[in-house]
Amino acid sequence: MNMPFYVSPEQIMKDKSDFARKGIARGRSVLAVQYADGILFVGENPNGALHKISEIYDRIAFAAVGKYNEFENLRVAGVRYADIRGYQYDRRDVTSRGLANIYAQTLGAIFTESGKPYEVELVVAEVGDTQAEDQIYRLTYDGSVAEEHGFIVMGGNSEPIAAHVRAHHNPTAPLSTALKLAVAALILPVADGAEARTIVGDDLEAAVLDRTRPRRAFKRLVGAPLQTLLESKK
Amino acid sequence: MAEVPGLHGRLPAHFTTPGTSSFTDFLGVAAPDLLPSRRRDLPAGLIEAPHGTTIVAVTHAQGVVMAGDRRATMGNVIAQRDIEKVFPADEYSCVGIAGTAGLAVEIVRLFQVQLEHYEKLEGAVLSLEGKANQLSTMIRGNLGMAMQGLAVVPLFAGYDVDMGAGRIFSYDVTGGRYEEHSFHSVGSGSVFARSALKKQFKDDVDEAAAVKLAVDALYDAADDDSATGGPDLTRRIFPVVMSVTADGLRRIPDDEVGAIVQTVVDERMTNPGG
Repeated sequence: MNMPFYVSPEQIMKDKSDFARKGIARGRSVLAVQYADGILFVGENPNGALHKISEIYDRIAFAAVGKYNEFENLRVAGVRYADIRGYQYDRRDVTSRGLANIYAQTLGAIFTESGKPYEVELVVAEVGDTQAEDQIYRLTYDGSVAEEHGFIVMGGNSEPIAAHVRAHHNPTAPLSTALKLAVAALILPVADGAEARTIVGDDLEAAVLDRTRPRRAFKRLVGAPLQTLLESKK
Repeated sequence: MAEVPGLHGRLPAHFTTPGTSSFTDFLGVAAPDLLPSRRRDLPAGLIEAPHGTTIVAVTHAQGVVMAGDRRATMGNVIAQRDIEKVFPADEYSCVGIAGTAGLAVEIVRLFQVQLEHYEKLEGAVLSLEGKANQLSTMIRGNLGMAMQGLAVVPLFAGYDVDMGAGRIFSYDVTGGRYEEHSFHSVGSGSVFARSALKKQFKDDVDEAAAVKLAVDALYDAADDDSATGGPDLTRRIFPVVMSVTADGLRRIPDDEVGAIVQTVVDERMTNPGG
């Protein structure tokens, strides 16, 4: 009689984690950075039509790296969850904490129950009335949640990018400073000795959650306004 | 029945099923009891509930303005004197409602979410006609209620970004959608408001003149229709006025509307018929 091979749960989980991490590390990085009036999201994304950064609700945004179809699926679910809650209760009852919780449960269930985990890493961020009330959550492929402060870097080559942002980040800086810091970090060489890269404006995806905007805080930065910010001297 | 998740538990499968960008379609799967059109537990017979009254819309060179009086009535009683019946639908359109106030407010709320939901999922805004058709479907869904005396009749106006002009759409209780030219009015005082507009409207009026025309027309409606509220100078309750232009939607602030109302009232002191 053939006996099925025994594989320990530790080994299964480790294999799944390794698989998911590899998938995520292949993608280009996305950053979320706090600045004076809100939270800035910047990513390298040559594909202008498929977004990595999106609006979920009035004060809540979503950013992701990894497999597009998987995080797009989660984004749509998040918008549906937020809109249905806001419709059923009130707009103020839609919170990033609730959304992060739902994503954590969903990612955790997919990680343990299905053969292939999602190869994604997400940020759910919400701007408050003051910077102290801003909330930024990082969610990983296995459903872990971490609340972060100041900034988040996701995706491949995240270590040197995070180190650069940590060294230069100033949460009270204006938008243009934060944007230039994010872009400077994104073009850091992938490996020692590799050439420094450049990103042209078209390959940059950027958006803000701006607390000074009424109701819907999310705004994409594209075209001329983005270029002006990148070139500003401040 | 499918359920809406609370703070705990994994999202049900229909949340991650790709397909529809329509919030009402999704609501039909996820929580059908939240849809106004799916309610089946109505008692027989007529139901008395507060009614909203007169809404006017006027196009102008830069776009369109919409204004509504502030009265809700229930039979001969004034149910509310400061109700708001003109709402922003999205950044480039607004909707005013006449008819059963409770149902109308619910439909407007659903309509607002529907437009924003589509915009977020698709990354693009519906065309103005697309929006008008969406509203049409929602009104048609309310036909059962309308048969029991709970009709909702909206007026929809917006700036058509593709055409570069303000446009007005009116509806009947069966969801029939009709494009109106220059100006239109719905609600109990609409006959009088429309007559006033017919005499005073001129092509290519500017925004300020259109706002004045709308306030004037509401005054005439209140003059002859007991269910339409006139401007309340003692309580400082003025019509809600919204203007949509290429720059987006703007609610005219109360102090500006107040000044226009004062002018209209002053003019009527010497010429009551306008």
